[in-house]
Amino acid sequence: MDYVIVLILQILFSVSSLALVCAGLAVIFGMMRVINLAHGEFIMLGGFTTVFATQAGIPIVVSMLVVAPAIVAVIGFVIERLVVRHLYGRMIDTMLATWGLSLLLIGAATMLFGNSVAGISAPFGSFTVGQYRVSVYEMFIVAVTLVLLIGCYLLLRFTRLGLIARGTMQNSEMAASLGISPSKVYSVTFTAGAALSGLAGALLAPLSGVVPTMGKAYVAKAFITVISGGEAILTGLVSASGLLGSVGTLTTFATTPVVGDAALLFAAIILLRFLPNGITGRFFRRSI
Amino acid sequence: MSLKRRTVLKSGAAMIGTLAAPGLITRAQAAGDTIKIANITDVSGGLDIYGQPQVATMQLAVDEINQKGGLLGKQIDLISYDPQSDLQLYTQFATEAATRERVSAVFGGITSASREAIRPLLRRYQTLYFYPTLYEGGACDRNYFCTGTTPAQTIEKLVPHVMDKFNGKKVYVIAADYNYGWISARWVKHYVESHGGEVVADEYFPLDVTEFGPTIKNIQAAKPDLLYTLLVGGNHMSFFRQWAASGLAGSLPMFSTDFGVGNEHIVLSSEESDGMYAAYAYMQELDTPANMAFLERLNSKFGAGAPYINELASAAYYAIYHWAQAVEKAGTADRMPVIETLEANSVVDGPGGKSTIDPATHHCIQDVHIGVVKDNAFDVLKSFDQLAPTDTAEVCDLIANPDDNTHYTITSRDG
Repeated sequence: MDYVIVLILQILFSVSSLALVCAGLAVIFGMMRVINLAHGEFIMLGGFTTVFATQAGIPIVVSMLVVAPAIVAVIGFVIERLVVRHLYGRMIDTMLATWGLSLLLIGAATMLFGNSVAGISAPFGSFTVGQYRVSVYEMFIVAVTLVLLIGCYLLLRFTRLGLIARGTMQNSEMAASLGISPSKVYSVTFTAGAALSGLAGALLAPLSGVVPTMGKAYVAKAFITVISGGEAILTGLVSASGLLGSVGTLTTFATTPVVGDAALLFAAIILLRFLPNGITGRFFRRSI
Repeated sequence: MSLKRRTVLKSGAAMIGTLAAPGLITRAQAAGDTIKIANITDVSGGLDIYGQPQVATMQLAVDEINQKGGLLGKQIDLISYDPQSDLQLYTQFATEAATRERVSAVFGGITSASREAIRPLLRRYQTLYFYPTLYEGGACDRNYFCTGTTPAQTIEKLVPHVMDKFNGKKVYVIAADYNYGWISARWVKHYVESHGGEVVADEYFPLDVTEFGPTIKNIQAAKPDLLYTLLVGGNHMSFFRQWAASGLAGSLPMFSTDFGVGNEHIVLSSEESDGMYAAYAYMQELDTPANMAFLERLNSKFGAGAPYINELASAAYYAIYHWAQAVEKAGTADRMPVIETLEANSVVDGPGGKSTIDPATHHCIQDVHIGVVKDNAFDVLKSFDQLAPTDTAEVCDLIANPDDNTHYTITSRDG
């Protein structure tokens, strides 16, 4: 019985952390069709920001939830201005540019921070389920992800900003003819996506540690999940992370991490074979 | 506006240039009347935590020799290649070092995968090869010398020490998922069983795994007495963070023969790393006059940027000195005379004590120390004098079979 509870908690955490890692990409790729190969490096920057902010004496929760997203948002804003905005609609060029950006950011982080930055420990301690100990911090991540997803839903569904964003993504020319500047909307969206990635890196930093190359561990899984999710960014994100995260974690429990990762990829392949437009290409089509 | 943009782009390009330029090939000095050697070591990418200290000590050794007048009246020219943690670049750079630069010897390789990528190649090109890294043992090749430790020198001593200390019988093993992890885990199993214990489970993780939640639950379910870790690289450090985050720090004694060579005990907090037992031929904390003098020379060369020195870095330092000493003694940097000189009792007295090349295996007989991590440093507990690589000696005899060229996985030891 204890084992089942622990298993469920672990799945909840795996699904949440997957959704968290994908959220920034879902916004940037899902809404703007920009293939941002520097997504993993945004996560890395969020992680470094948290570590340095916490070491500078800022309370860890503040550096994770406020400082890191803010700093990475600024970096994202600048990158959108300098690089991405010149390449909208040119998917291959964007891929190449953001890949170069990814290498540049890894190189810069290695030179500036080095690869042996002392990490920060996860706060909040642990609790007991029968004979098992479970981290409170992992449950904190589940809660933050939940709040974040609900917040995004409310923002996109009920605010004018959300309406404008969705309108521009659906048909930017129509939005422009109604007096909305698509370039402004893109800029805001890209910045928001970067902030979300920064937040993901920040929250994962105490559990995964930060090294300049850490982004690589996340970027492939993030793309697969977002593509499996399909058109509707939020529903797609939740359903795809839920499905792939559970498959991966359950298989890992039953076998090994290698088989777990393979099962996740296999599930994604099967899914895309039968639902080429992702989960939300067939189900929940009118959702956000 | 367009002018401004151009300036921005230009200075951006210049910045990228300066970032990229020092990465590829750096030279200690221009070629001329010099003896050329090459180091092929990852100083960027995921393995750079291992490579950077190794390159630092190799540079230190070369500088020291050059300042004393070099070898045979010539200066040593150390050509450094950075394979960027990419196996393909290893073979490319090894070929270049051997054929275009015609170096006297190649030093490098970190993972066993990279070693096995270049070792056969350098043998074919008849270019002497030194591997300055601890590994699972068993590589048998007259063209190849290893200055790191093998399982019989470290695991064999560490396992009984920790099992006795905690009166533990049931051991859980977690390891990296490639030849090093698998073969080393088999050695752990062998030594645990020959000490009356049992390995209750073993799990293997690809180098990009960062989530250890399920494993942590599995370990708690298996209730072992001890945990042996053979994890490798930055991503795998997540295990210790997640272990501590679950409130398990200190609940299970851990031991390892690679924890610390990737700076794990510095990067992790003391809460996450305290109490880890390890065995190496060198620990920076060794309190000997030779080591103090070595660290002083290192600090005066690199100042605040001096890396933490682990066994891999000290083995790299030894490798250069073994080679240099042999060149001096042989009176030439040609391959065969140098190999024969190395086989004739080559002894280097370095920061970790005496290192002697065993002519039958081309591995080193050296001192090994057991330590425990405390407050982000190793506390040296016990030292063993002059241990031989008996594991490799079991299968490899280059005196009887000088033409042997095999990486034995030492299957006879399977329990």
